[in-house]
Amino acid sequence: MSRRSRLQSGTPLTRTATQTFLWIYVVVAISPLILMVLNSFRTTSEMAKNPLGLPQNPSFASYEKAWITADFSSYFLNSMFVTITSVIISTAVSLLAAYAFARSRGKFFRALEGLFLSGLMLPVYLAILPIFYLLDSLGLVSNLWGLIMVYSALGIPFSTFVLASFLRQLPPELEEAARIDGAGPFRSFLAVILPLVRPAIATVVVFRFVPIWNDFFYPLILMRNRDAYTLPVGLTRFFGEFQTDWATLFAGLTLATIPLVVLFLLATRQIVSGLTAGMSK
Amino acid sequence: MPAIRRRLKTGTGLSWGTSMLFVLPALVLFAVFVLYPLLTALSYSFFSWRGIVRDDFVGLENYVTVFTQLPYKDEVGNAFAHNFLLFIGAMVFQNTIGLLIATLLHRIGRMKRFFQTIYTLPYLVSPLVIGYLWSLMLSPLFGPVNALLKAIGLGDLAQPWLGNPSTAIWVVVLVTAWQWIGFPILMYGAALGGIAEEIDEAASLDGATSWQRFRSITLPLLVPAIGTVSILTFIGAMESFPIPYALGGSTGSPAGATDVMSLLFYRTAFESGSTNAIGVSSAIAMLLFLVIFGVAVLMRWLLDTRERKMF
Repeated sequence: MSRRSRLQSGTPLTRTATQTFLWIYVVVAISPLILMVLNSFRTTSEMAKNPLGLPQNPSFASYEKAWITADFSSYFLNSMFVTITSVIISTAVSLLAAYAFARSRGKFFRALEGLFLSGLMLPVYLAILPIFYLLDSLGLVSNLWGLIMVYSALGIPFSTFVLASFLRQLPPELEEAARIDGAGPFRSFLAVILPLVRPAIATVVVFRFVPIWNDFFYPLILMRNRDAYTLPVGLTRFFGEFQTDWATLFAGLTLATIPLVVLFLLATRQIVSGLTAGMSK
Repeated sequence: MPAIRRRLKTGTGLSWGTSMLFVLPALVLFAVFVLYPLLTALSYSFFSWRGIVRDDFVGLENYVTVFTQLPYKDEVGNAFAHNFLLFIGAMVFQNTIGLLIATLLHRIGRMKRFFQTIYTLPYLVSPLVIGYLWSLMLSPLFGPVNALLKAIGLGDLAQPWLGNPSTAIWVVVLVTAWQWIGFPILMYGAALGGIAEEIDEAASLDGATSWQRFRSITLPLLVPAIGTVSILTFIGAMESFPIPYALGGSTGSPAGATDVMSLLFYRTAFESGSTNAIGVSSAIAMLLFLVIFGVAVLMRWLLDTRERKMF
């Protein structure tokens, strides 16, 4: 008897109760976010008069104000640049390292992999003071490249972990064939392995995008100059300046959230597999 | 046989030098931007500082300062208690409502993906955005929450949620738990998917009720997942920063009611203006580091021991 047939034999009452509960929690989970989007299309005076109303004459005026007057365009582009560049660098170096971990048996590499893995549990952000002085000595404080280097390094534990476990499932005979044809280790890695690890790369790329895009702590301390603010730091500045301009505040919050929602809807599978990747360990 | 093995080893594996070349870029990045700062941070806490100039080696004196001098000795206890409350709040929320949702989702096959997607959405949104969003929702002026309470006849409950020290911390706890719950739902869902159907069905045929099956089959098999989620919840609760920052600012207002350890560290390091800011804040950071890493490792060990006993 399959699960489905057994479940369909459940009483209608149980099924209705289950559905009701799940829908109630849908409201709990998502109504604040819907309210955020709806309110971004209203004016502040509309909200003051009727806090629970729907947009009467939906307008993009608050978005225009957030984007141009409140410098969101600059924060947004900084965030995009930092996030994309960091994800590319950290995935590239992690993929190379993961390949070595998956294909070499030496004790040294075993130990190195363990060291990288320990990074999954270390609260690295507590070392922010030395990180600050390190970037300072390299002239990278308030420089987006400083942030990119830190994020790239922070992504290595998770990325090598996911990529190495994927690579271990690929039979070594694959490269052997290429090697018999005379390809060197790097050539056979590029030609044979790279096309096969695409699913794992997608998981790592999508999953690393989220925490970097959202991160607030590092840029708050490392980016001291307004030109180098990323979205979360920009938001704190913006909340101070536009305190009573609710429409613009909601528009700003929505702008910071849109890329993530788009990413999530396009790549739910990668995000879910990234989230549950830690389960096997 | 040994000859074959040796040939296979050289045939399939990479040579030490080649492996090193592949590992090198990641190793350099990790060593420079993670390992070196971590080790240096430890050393910072053993020195006294004059601004950004390192002074004498003082051993554990900075640690003593944290526990004996005002304002630190009061603030540490207060902030740490709030971190602990965040952990307990998330644990209660995710192991009741979260576990129930995961179990129900496992049973309905249809629309499971849809519900999962909706429930995970808040978890992916920036915690800072979530914090600011709730600060607007709970505003005493024209916040929708108070308006809703008035609309349904509970106007007496309407209040300045974030202005009142006795409610502010609960707002932080609930908002954190609300945002976090998508993660345990997914993890428990994955674990439930891994439990063999046959066990459950056999018990069902033997006449076990739904609750009995959950209590004696599903729950014990979920222990590893609950353990892993608990460790990550602990780490998350101890590292909490953006939500309290958005809801109560860097001072944990009102009157320290929403203060947490990371805020205390941030304030001490960057806003206190004390001469020895680096020394004292480094000591706070190392104490928090020890708590997070120590408890995480201990919980992992307990969990592994328990799993070995079970199987």
